Amino acid sequence: MPGGINHAMSKWMDGSGPEADIVVSSRIRLARNLTAVPFPNRQSKEQADRVIEQVAAAVERFNRDGPMHLTVYRLRDLTPLERRVLVEKHLISPQHLQSADTGAVVVSQDETLSIMINEEDHLRLQVILSGLQLEPAWEAASRLDDALAETLDFAFREDVGYLTACPTNVGTGMRASVMTHLPALAMTNQLPRVVGAIMKLGLVVRGLYGEGTDAIGNMFQISNQITLGQSEEEIIDNLRNLTVKILQEERTAREDLLHDARYQLEDRVSRAYGLLTHARIMSSQEAMQLLSDVRLGVDLELIRPVPIGILNELLVETRPAYLQSMAGEELGPDERDRRRASLIRQRLQNRAGI
Amino acid sequence: MLCQQCRKRPATVQITQITDGHKVELHLCEECALKSGKLDFISDPQVSLENFLTGLLQSDINAAAGARPAGVQCQACGMTYQEFSRTGKLGCAECYRFFMDQLQPVFRRIHGNTRHHGKLPRRLEGAARARREVQELRERLRRAVEAENFEEAAALRDEIRLLEASLNQEPGKTGG
Repeated sequence: MPGGINHAMSKWMDGSGPEADIVVSSRIRLARNLTAVPFPNRQSKEQADRVIEQVAAAVERFNRDGPMHLTVYRLRDLTPLERRVLVEKHLISPQHLQSADTGAVVVSQDETLSIMINEEDHLRLQVILSGLQLEPAWEAASRLDDALAETLDFAFREDVGYLTACPTNVGTGMRASVMTHLPALAMTNQLPRVVGAIMKLGLVVRGLYGEGTDAIGNMFQISNQITLGQSEEEIIDNLRNLTVKILQEERTAREDLLHDARYQLEDRVSRAYGLLTHARIMSSQEAMQLLSDVRLGVDLELIRPVPIGILNELLVETRPAYLQSMAGEELGPDERDRRRASLIRQRLQNRAGI
Repeated sequence: MLCQQCRKRPATVQITQITDGHKVELHLCEECALKSGKLDFISDPQVSLENFLTGLLQSDINAAAGARPAGVQCQACGMTYQEFSRTGKLGCAECYRFFMDQLQPVFRRIHGNTRHHGKLPRRLEGAARARREVQELRERLRRAVEAENFEEAAALRDEIRLLEASLNQEPGKTGG
């Protein structure tokens, strides 16, 4: 694979952010479109290429003027496997794979900043940071937006704001989201209530890979729905306040579990750790669930410590496409399950010093 | 109220289902609600925002059939409103201009709002910010008059005049 996107880790996985035990990452995504070109669903291949060229020129200028370095990749220049790895690392959406002919992606070295080109909108700027850091993520995204707007003419109207292909994104064009790990709320069957409360506030809950994906490994992505009529700061405030409440509920549920069912909980997380450090065949689904248990066990100091960064990395490393990209070849499901088990054993044993 | 399914536990979840235009309300306990599969919208790809939106647009169209001229079309990219309501996606920036009348109720339904209050692009910042301020002052003026707070109203009126004058003098350069 060209350049940097082959290496294992993105900066957001390092577990360094505030509340990183429960809030895995914070993300800001801004939708922007160019004025003079039809939106991606209605543009020709030539127009799509022109959009990529214009964005690439703006990115070049951004690189020249600042300390960050962004690289542009056309999706058609990447192998299908490489594209799927980008999805697993949350750098592009699953939907973007469908525009492999006309799409491109721009990525910073540490993978904090990225831009999807010609997905649903001409540009989708994205910043992902570790832990609960919505404000810094918004500031970084807005700075990138300003820098690009010096070269690019973004479609905007004073009355309804930034214009997007889908009216669900019009206005700020912003989707702010947090990825949260909520095992205790799940174990105590409180999720329907929590999800209901979140939806009442006009926010949405989704699975690990966004719209239409499963909530695997007790990972839930919470994001704003409304993009018109509120400022970016208001949207972020709402989401942050709600996230803090959910954090508190998750912590309370953890304490309750410790109080009411300590042995069962110890048993569960220890079994998970035992399986992950000794199993020889491990499916992706099972790995996600066990990693969730181990993460909870580490947070509650019920088992020997594993750095949160390792657990975050394993979330991506154990995904099918990533495993295959590390192997350097396409693998069948059985072979993947064996490699996955072996990778997890190595990663946990090396770092935890068993 | 007891759960309508098991009739044992208290109903804590209310599910509203609309099938073929008929509204059915179910009152269930969490356990039965989960079992019924009606709460797995988290994992159900069918219940995406997009599907929700096109459903909403279709019902808009059906409701207004006849009342609205059918042939609204974007003169820039050729997208018709019908086509938009089928796909949920607009064709270009100009579509917003040609479909604005139809889009207003859609914005209200999705966002509960029809005006942008967020970031302004740098190139428009000055003038746009001043215009937004004028609008907010007008709203405050309206409320002051309603409350018969005439002293405040007079002050607001002067402020608006001043801002508008500066806007007219130096279009694109003034601002607050």
